Amino acid sequence: MEKEELQAIKDMDFETAFKALQENINKLEGEELSLEESLKRYQRGQALARHCAELLEKAESQVRTLDMESKQTLENEE
Amino acid sequence: MNEQYTLFQPKNILSVSQLTSYLRQLLESDEILQDIWVQGEISNFSQPSSGHLYFTLKDSDSAIRCVMWRNTAARLKFSPRDGMAVEVHGSMSVYEVSGQVQLYLDTMRPAGEGVLYQEYLRLKAKLEAEGLFDPERKRPIPQMPKVIGIVTSPTGAALQDMLNTIQRRFPIASVVLAPTPVQGSKAPPGIVNALKRINQESNLDVILIGRGGGSIEDLWAFNDEGVVRAVAASTTPVISGVGHETDFTLTDFAADVRAPTPTAAAEIATPDRIELLGVIAEFINQHTILMSEKISDLRWEHGQLQNNLDRLSPAHQIDTYRQRLDELTHRLDRAVQANLERKKLQLENFQQSLRGLNPKAVLQRGYAIVTRHEDGSIVKNVEQVQPDDYVHIKVNQGAMDARITQIDTGEA
Repeated sequence: MEKEELQAIKDMDFETAFKALQENINKLEGEELSLEESLKRYQRGQALARHCAELLEKAESQVRTLDMESKQTLENEE
Repeated sequence: MNEQYTLFQPKNILSVSQLTSYLRQLLESDEILQDIWVQGEISNFSQPSSGHLYFTLKDSDSAIRCVMWRNTAARLKFSPRDGMAVEVHGSMSVYEVSGQVQLYLDTMRPAGEGVLYQEYLRLKAKLEAEGLFDPERKRPIPQMPKVIGIVTSPTGAALQDMLNTIQRRFPIASVVLAPTPVQGSKAPPGIVNALKRINQESNLDVILIGRGGGSIEDLWAFNDEGVVRAVAASTTPVISGVGHETDFTLTDFAADVRAPTPTAAAEIATPDRIELLGVIAEFINQHTILMSEKISDLRWEHGQLQNNLDRLSPAHQIDTYRQRLDELTHRLDRAVQANLERKKLQLENFQQSLRGLNPKAVLQRGYAIVTRHEDGSIVKNVEQVQPDDYVHIKVNQGAMDARITQIDTGEA
């Protein structure tokens, strides 16, 4: 697999990679592909799946708190 | 005088038990006293280990003992305490052991709640009529959110529950928090402001709004008309998770999806990581299956092509010619053989005929050859001989000489 393609996959966000993975299966399933192209698709699928799994395993949800313009005093006591 | 007399000369003297029992029957047979609402202030509150509640309900002038059994008390949505104004419902009876007239409670709520509830119903009907809660207004929730907005208190348990759930299920999503008080008088304008502010964020996929469980007053901000309208007006889909399973606020009706709790709201907003990993594993599996199918297809195709090629190759041509040659050779052999047989048969026929022409064979059949003695010529005709001529007669296995004695002409 070519470096550029691998890098492009690594740059994908989860949803894009996940969709590309589904798409890849459809292509592999539906189209008359040469052996070489099939192999490329296969490797691409593996790379996409690995990337998706890695994103899921490693992600840490980022939390950002908005600065409320009108200052509210927080009187919540749950 | 008469009265005095009666007091000293009683007709019927009751025992204490008879009195309390009579009193009890009297109270329990009164329809009004068996279904009665009373409002007052709690004092001398106690809840012993039995779980039953005991207190005195009083106003400025009077007091009455109240009892609430454990099972009923467990359903209370607030913690009663001394000094609290409440509205209670129940039936009057007598505790015969002490002769105490008591109110046995089946319902108790903070004073004013009934008014709040009426207000809630009025507002609900109004907003419903405006179409704010229509099912057609509900929007789908994106399946894989990139950014999740949260409108809640920054210090509440609800925020932690939602963040934990997002981190556990789909940590890929990032969170934008619009902090706001969620109870008290500042909660409604705070929530409205937070909803407006968070809707200005770009790339926001869904908004979670909610707070943890509490009393009806605690949750009341989520029944505020302004808050409900702000939820309905949100440009980003909203999932509400206010209080517990049993709490229904108007915010819930206006939201695109109502979740029973803040945690459940976060669950609805996110796909589950474990399930996704399962789906991804299944995708890999499908890739492998498709690839091996592809390879076996190609192998079969290759086999077909190899066959075609073999048929077209010079070697195959040569084989074809070789086979045809074999065939022709065989046919030739057969033709020659047949010819030979025919000739042989012909020859035999000839031989047969020839055998018939052999003079010896004629002699064997009893014929004789007669030759003239003088010149040895064969006598084929009576005119060749005269009487007294000598002839030589050749027969089978010998010959003899003879003299002609008589000649007859004509047919033999």
